[in-house]
Amino acid sequence: MRAATKRVPVVDVARPAVDHVVVKGLCKAFNGTTLYADFDLTLARGSFVSVFGPNGCGKSTLINMIAGILPMDRGSVLFDGRPVSQTRIGYVFQNYREAVFPWLRAIDNIRYPLNFLPLSKAEREARVEALLASFDVKLDLNRYPYEMSGGQQQLVSIMRALVVDPQVLFLDEPFSALDYEMTLFLRDRLQHVLEGRGVTSLLVSHDLDEAVFMADEVLLLTRRPTTVAARIAFDAPRPRTAGTTVTADFVRVKAECLEIFQREVRR
Amino acid sequence: MTFRRIGRGMQALTGALLLIAVWELVVASSMVDPVLLPGPGEALRAFRDGLTEGTLWTDFSRTIWRTGASFAIAVVLAVPLGIVLGASERVYGAVEFLIDFFRSTPASAMFPLFLVLFGVGDFTKIAVAAFGAALVILFNVAYGVMNARKQRQLAARVMGAGPLRVMVDVTVWESLPQTFVGLRNGVSIALVIVIVAEMFIGSTDGLGQRIMNAQMVFDMPQMYAAIFSAGVLGYGLNLLFIGLERRFVHWSGK
Repeated sequence: MRAATKRVPVVDVARPAVDHVVVKGLCKAFNGTTLYADFDLTLARGSFVSVFGPNGCGKSTLINMIAGILPMDRGSVLFDGRPVSQTRIGYVFQNYREAVFPWLRAIDNIRYPLNFLPLSKAEREARVEALLASFDVKLDLNRYPYEMSGGQQQLVSIMRALVVDPQVLFLDEPFSALDYEMTLFLRDRLQHVLEGRGVTSLLVSHDLDEAVFMADEVLLLTRRPTTVAARIAFDAPRPRTAGTTVTADFVRVKAECLEIFQREVRR
Repeated sequence: MTFRRIGRGMQALTGALLLIAVWELVVASSMVDPVLLPGPGEALRAFRDGLTEGTLWTDFSRTIWRTGASFAIAVVLAVPLGIVLGASERVYGAVEFLIDFFRSTPASAMFPLFLVLFGVGDFTKIAVAAFGAALVILFNVAYGVMNARKQRQLAARVMGAGPLRVMVDVTVWESLPQTFVGLRNGVSIALVIVIVAEMFIGSTDGLGQRIMNAQMVFDMPQMYAAIFSAGVLGYGLNLLFIGLERRFVHWSGK
């Protein structure tokens, strides 16, 4: 099913194409209202892209269609020329309470997606061990999700998305239901774990600071029918810290994004 | 801690003690014919003697057996069918009227039909009770499956689970709280129907039959003892299912 798990695809290693995710001619309407009409988008391999835009422009709808959990009316989404069914993806939902499986212990939640990869039991355990080590957090994973705080549940949910070593990671407002302290902690962990993995990531955020802070590139959307308003690069070095948010570069990128956003909202 | 627990125990017993006190008072004041209403002590003695020396235990166990058998049949038939029906709203829509209709039909109205079909043996009682319980279970399982939150199913799908895996790994679990509502209602319906069936369809044993016999010969202590036994059985089954639910649906409401 997931053909790309064996790590020998010649093309990928020898000459990785820059374009990883290619969206072409995407159309979507809800109850007669056009949300997307002939929408095109290309995401570079390994880039972290934050999606930001006015309310109701369909940020989540867009990543859900790319992730294949929402049908599109027309158009195509290809990952290295392959459909989503042949791509390893990870998805983190905003509402972690309804995303983790409360009947499984946290550790079994994290293991669950490995069921769908052609791995031996030992390989699976090795994957889980490696992931836990890279997160480097003290957390009793033998508990059930409902015995954990919201932030811990979302952490489990993020680990579950990453354990398959995804080629593409989708994050739908993953921190917006959490308190600020937890948000900072999870952002930091996520950044740390993604470092050097080359996972193409797509984050929906309603918090411009967060969008810029996490991103290699901010994708600004217009009001519907939604198009790309602008793509603003942000190449501050990683790991980024609280200090990053007071650099001239950050302030400039944020101001630029805000200006475009406000122009789009007023339109 | 312990004092508080004792306090709570006392509180829980207050109602029962009050009832016994009123009962004793009514008997002592001779407001009611003592033949119709023996004192609580007398009834309790009949219960104790029935269990230790008499045949109460035999009747009790027959009723438990019939209730258990009918419930087991109902579960085996209704749970898988409920999952299948609930998996497709279109299929459920097609049979919804039938299920609602028979669910609303008093199972006791089916006695004559089942007598014709299965004769006067034990199986008839079990079959009617299973019928009544199965409909309630079926209805609840199907609704549990249909109303399962969609996001966890999506989460499983996005991880690569096919439709069958989503059903087995997510939807069935999601439906468990509702399924347990069905199981609890189902077992209590099965008990009601078994008791009524024992009263009216040619029985030689069982609590229902015991209550009827005691009433016919005006052995009121015996009758109260049998009614009390039926109450104990019903309450015990309820407790059992609440316990099972806590064990198997530990995440419910959290």
